[in-house]
Amino acid sequence: MKLTSLTLAAALFGGAALAGEVGPKEVAFTEDGAIEASLTGTAGDAANGAIIMGTKSKGNCVACHEITALADVPFHGEVGPLMDGAGDRWTEAELRGLVANAKMTFEGTMMPAFYKMDGFIRPGDAYTGKAPTEALTPILTAQEIEDVVAFLVTLKDE
Amino acid sequence: PAMADESASLVVNGEIDMVTRTAAPAHISDVMDEINSGWLYRSDETQALQTDDFDNPGMIFVDQALETWDQVDGSEGKSCASCHDDVEGSMAGVRAVYPKWNETAGEVRTLAHQINDCRENQMGAEKWKYTGGKMTAMEALISVQSRGMPVNVAIDGPAQATWEKGKEMYYTRTGQLELSCANCHEDNYGNMIRADHLSQGQINGFPVYRLKNTKLNNAHARFKGCVRDTRAETYKPGGSDFVALELYVASRGNGLSVEAPSVRN
Ligand code: HEC
Ligand code: HEC
Ligand code: HEC
Repeated sequence: MKLTSLTLAAALFGGAALAGEVGPKEVAFTEDGAIEASLTGTAGDAANGAIIMGTKSKGNCVACHEITALADVPFHGEVGPLMDGAGDRWTEAELRGLVANAKMTFEGTMMPAFYKMDGFIRPGDAYTGKAPTEALTPILTAQEIEDVVAFLVTLKDE
Repeated sequence: PAMADESASLVVNGEIDMVTRTAAPAHISDVMDEINSGWLYRSDETQALQTDDFDNPGMIFVDQALETWDQVDGSEGKSCASCHDDVEGSMAGVRAVYPKWNETAGEVRTLAHQINDCRENQMGAEKWKYTGGKMTAMEALISVQSRGMPVNVAIDGPAQATWEKGKEMYYTRTGQLELSCANCHEDNYGNMIRADHLSQGQINGFPVYRLKNTKLNNAHARFKGCVRDTRAETYKPGGSDFVALELYVASRGNGLSVEAPSVRN
């Protein structure tokens, strides 16, 4: 019995946050698109954030951005701005907002939202081209967002 | 990746002068001034493969389709040649105006649909798989008869509603990445997206031979791949959605030369 209700709860809150996390639908953006509070309460791991940014199945940020600090990852794109110095240009809260959903900062931007799970047109099951069979999960988890933000704040020009 | 020479000019077999850059057609002149063939965005080596039919791997499939052209198939005991004689004569100019409104059927048809219609209803033969090898080869053979001619699909009259639908699709941001065709091929052509040099996503070169999968690929197969890459549920190749999208995308290339079979990575 206990198992069944657990499974049910998991289904109901599919894709939602773990205990103590801010889920994709509960995120509070400021008027300018920043997120003041940590999504997890656990400090981000900058080294892991760097890996996520360069990994195709994760953030794949290098697909669109050139980042000198990730020069060992091959092929950086030119669709978005050069990321160097992002930690000077933006506060941690602003960076958290940009990674979670950049459309709250730049209306209509091409940059995908990494912490969003509904409101899509013809969403698919990852890169299979097929309709999803379960509720979508955000592209990055709450902690992965925190990790990426922790790396971005280290991108200083000097 | 090797960068492309975007200023190169394409002459095939030393005799067919291809228009690879020209003024944008009126219906998109509000968003871009010039339209460019995807050939311009490929590496020097890939570009070179398309300048001579002996080097173009896509031509092997054209030769195969030339044999198919004469082969009797189906319950009526007919081949394509039974009704259309020499492909050089009967199919010259056809590729350039497809997709095209078909009055009898009351719908816009792609070249592949027309081929299957003849197989089914004129020959009593089985339809070919829309993105299959027999189909792409035959599309290529028919397209070769129009090489160098300007793409000139009609977007008005009875085709207009389909064209409008295709236009809407082109600008719709699909999938979990929320990207439209325009995000990549209108706003960012010339830019690198990871290891890929983005072109305008034109289809004047289709079907294209891809070095990546070593076969000919038709436009719907390519569309499917691009839609999938937005983390979206794709549309069905040959279905009415992709027909509309093909008409719209083809119309953005009105004025570029028919190049098929072109070579891509
Ligand atoms: C599909 C393209 C794309 C991807 C993938 C992408 N971005 Fe962006 N990003 C953009 C664009 C375009 C802008 C510019 C915003 C605008 O004006 O629309 C931008 C802006 C930004 C900015 C602010 C610009 C600045 O001056 O510093 C940051 C920070 C950023 N992106 C981080 C990321 C991170 C981190 C990832 C991966 C987790 C990522 N981006 C993935 C396209 C992308
Ligand atoms: C028994 C006669 C017959 C056979 C066999 C036949 N066709 Fe056709 N084909 C037609 C007719 C009739 C049309 C005009 C149809 C229409 O406009 O609705 C046509 C039209 C076409 C067109 C469109 C031409 C244009 O100008 O729009 C193409 C392409 C074509 N056929 C290809 C083929 C191929 C490839 C084969 C063999 C696999 C084939 N046909 C076999 C009778 C035939
Ligand atoms: C996330 C970026 C992206 C999106 C969105 C996208 N494409 Fe592409 N497309 C590419 C890349 C990368 C290539 C390979 C390089 C090139 O030819 O541009 C490509 C290639 C193509 C080609 C082949 C061009 C040639 O000359 O070989 C066509 C046609 C095309 N896309 C059409 C579309 C259509 C139609 C849509 C919308 C349904 C679309 N694309 C959406 C990235 C994208």
